[in-house]
Amino acid sequence: MKIEFYLNSHLVVVDVDPMQSLLHTLRGTMSHTATKEGCGEGECGACSVLFNDRLVNACMMPISQVQGGDVMTLEGLRQTEKGQCVINALLEAKGVQCGFCTPGMVLALYALLEADPNPTELAIRTAISGNLCRCTGYGMIVEAAKIAAEKGEGLW
Amino acid sequence: MDTVNTHFKWEEATGAAKYIADRHYEGLLEGRFYRSSCPRGRIKSVTLPTLPDGYHIFGADDVPGQNVLPIVEIDWPAFADQEVRFVGQVIYLVVGPDPDVVDELLNEIDVEYAPLEPAYTIEQSKALKDGAIHADDNVLDTHMLHKGDIEAGFAQAATIIEETCSTGYQEHIYLETQGAVCYPQDGKVVLEGSMQCPWYVHHTMAVVLGHDNVRAIQCPTGGGFGGKEDFPDVLAAPLAVAVEKLQQPIRLIFERGEDIATTSKRHPVTFHYKTGVDADGKIVAMDIKFDVNAGAYLSLSGIVLQRSITTATNVYDIPNVRVEGHAWATNTVPTGAFRGFGSPQNCFCMETHIHHVAKQLGADPVAFKQRHFLTAESHSLTGAEIFGDLVLDEMLHKVLDMSDYHRKFNEYTRQDGSQPERRKGIGLAIFQHGCGFAGDLEDTLVRAKVKLLKGSDGNVQILASNTDIGQGLSLTFRKIVADTLDKPLEEIQLAVPDTGIVPDSGPTVASRSILIVGYILEKAAKKLKKSWVEGEDQEITEVYCKPDYHQWDQNTYQGNAYQATSYGANVVEVEVDMATGEADITGAWAVYDIGRAIDSTIFRGQIEGGLVQALGYGSCEKLEITQDGVFAQRSMADYVIPTALDVPAIGSDLVDNPYPYGPNGAKGGGELTHNGGAAAFVAAVENAIGVPLSSIPATPEKVCEALARRSDEPSAQQREGQVKGSGPGNGAPIDED
Ligand code: FES
Ligand code: FES
Repeated sequence: MKIEFYLNSHLVVVDVDPMQSLLHTLRGTMSHTATKEGCGEGECGACSVLFNDRLVNACMMPISQVQGGDVMTLEGLRQTEKGQCVINALLEAKGVQCGFCTPGMVLALYALLEADPNPTELAIRTAISGNLCRCTGYGMIVEAAKIAAEKGEGLW
Repeated sequence: MDTVNTHFKWEEATGAAKYIADRHYEGLLEGRFYRSSCPRGRIKSVTLPTLPDGYHIFGADDVPGQNVLPIVEIDWPAFADQEVRFVGQVIYLVVGPDPDVVDELLNEIDVEYAPLEPAYTIEQSKALKDGAIHADDNVLDTHMLHKGDIEAGFAQAATIIEETCSTGYQEHIYLETQGAVCYPQDGKVVLEGSMQCPWYVHHTMAVVLGHDNVRAIQCPTGGGFGGKEDFPDVLAAPLAVAVEKLQQPIRLIFERGEDIATTSKRHPVTFHYKTGVDADGKIVAMDIKFDVNAGAYLSLSGIVLQRSITTATNVYDIPNVRVEGHAWATNTVPTGAFRGFGSPQNCFCMETHIHHVAKQLGADPVAFKQRHFLTAESHSLTGAEIFGDLVLDEMLHKVLDMSDYHRKFNEYTRQDGSQPERRKGIGLAIFQHGCGFAGDLEDTLVRAKVKLLKGSDGNVQILASNTDIGQGLSLTFRKIVADTLDKPLEEIQLAVPDTGIVPDSGPTVASRSILIVGYILEKAAKKLKKSWVEGEDQEITEVYCKPDYHQWDQNTYQGNAYQATSYGANVVEVEVDMATGEADITGAWAVYDIGRAIDSTIFRGQIEGGLVQALGYGSCEKLEITQDGVFAQRSMADYVIPTALDVPAIGSDLVDNPYPYGPNGAKGGGELTHNGGAAAFVAAVENAIGVPLSSIPATPEKVCEALARRSDEPSAQQREGQVKGSGPGNGAPIDED
């Protein structure tokens, strides 16, 4: 089935099984591998992307639902000023260890700051609670959110 | 030559890093394992499907070399042959271009078993039903250790307290599942993948193929924690066999459910303590017996057992001790390496027991522990003098101060009935970790070797086989060399750990990367600095020699069991819902002596990651084996690890105590950070609920059970005071759970 959607602001068309997950389409069909698969069952958040500006787990979303919509992955986000602000904050806080959860975390932090430019500790922890990280213990990722909020003053 | 991480973690953060599943290979075939569905039995007969063109099945008969994973013993076959010993054991590798067809073929394979009675628990293993799984007694490894005179020690005791403490399985949940791609290149069989120890993988491929034309390359690795120490061998051996035959690349990537069901786990352990205390309230003797569930094959269990034995008394100076440990064969996945390697089990059980002994004696737990601390005059459990300065008291004071422990402890211990539904608690754990390999492995297993290559442009490349699996090694190694050479970090690069290029500096395990490999890198850099010639290519090789003070006898287990020891102290604060048994972690503090941190922010990452992993271990990470020999928890929805909302911000600090044989004074620290969290958490929950707990994970159900056992509401005094022991033999176990 032909599906048309915007991927990082570019119109793309794929011809795939409509029940295939968005994650599979991104990674397998389109070789966009920045988005990771940690569980494939909606638990870990490694596959987080933005769909119509909402944070979703790409592994749980059938590609047919994406028809006509807007998908943003790290490939697109990293080219924006806001994306770079989040990435730099994560690097500065040393909130990247093995890095496997990081692409999802970047998207989650971006989504948070878009909604709340000055989040509290609790708001940050709540925003990333769907993104598991086994390495960092989260503290330095929380710090990254604060750095991105501060350094990106006016950006968000 | 490929290098990694010039701009530290930039690739990972931008999504540019290529993990194994992100890589593209021409003509790639998909591989899937056909696994045993029988926990224990003989293979009676096999029916294989007719294979369409381009599809293949590989098994034991296809192995040109030895059909084994040469981990420590030659006992774990690459492909099960005559017998199976656990559900999930690899029997065949099915390979082909279309993964759906490969899946169909897997369904068509039919193996008939003559089943035998399986053993999943230590008790079942001891019962030897249907004969032994291993040898004639199911004991994969055992050892005993004596210090002082145990009989004479107990003769001095006025009170004897006995207790059993136990720990469960723990699953690594590295975020990236196990995966590898194997392919032919320039006459060699090459394997790339997610791994900690490329030389182990290299060696395994060489053994199954019967020649050394092999090469292992580490890809960016999405976490390991020990789970990618020996386990990648399980993928590598069958892949190497298949690739050598087919001369085509094959990929094997586990799905999460498969990863949870079939990869190695932390050993469940049961410790039984018999502790003699004299009239003065001083521990004079301890008899410690423990049993380790090793799973179907030895794997690394012997070394895990050794670590538990040699550090059984934790940070305490007990004059008369006997320790005896057994590793039992069972019909479960082989248990293996996991951050701490036997220490987290030991630290939880010993800290919990000492805490309970103090309470039974009516003593303050912290003062009681402090009274028994090792001192400069002490000898370790294995008879070695204490090397360097001990800073246990300093660490303790720091962590007590940071957490405001005493005030809170007094307040929470006196909680009355005014807030019956939520109660607060605070708990402390002190612990140690032997850095580097246990015993003599640094001499017998590997002679760590590193190389520095200086180009004519003045750039220096580090060649070592140690891997950055998230612990930041690619930065710390470069920092050690840059600082020694007095050069900017950008001029120091790290080669990709590729056995075709890097010397064998040993595996990335046991916190030895800094202590051993970092140390020889520092030495190599010092040599290079001395002999530096501008504009010329230069090469320096350095091999590890242990310091003179380090003496160890593997037969008697006497001497310095480790190259160095690091120490830590954790305090955890909780609030328990008395109706549901749920414990919210509201505070966590940590102080460590790791010599001196090479990069204190990187180490803070280890502190927080390790402590949170330990808090999960102690509180929510439940993994149980069912009657069918499989894990009841099959997904990340069932096996729960802490989220950002489950843990608080962690307060941490270091005590500066430079170690003379580590780079810039550093000792190991990555494993240490997992040792204390579970005990501190459980002590905090006990403080809140006033009922002792002796096993982890202390899940809400277990807390509720403990509360139900309490017949009526004890007074605050009883809650902390417990029953007083009065004489030898007054030692009913606190909890046989
Ligand atoms: S891969 Fe989608 S949530 Fe884990
Ligand atoms: S950095 Fe490894 S899982 Fe988050």
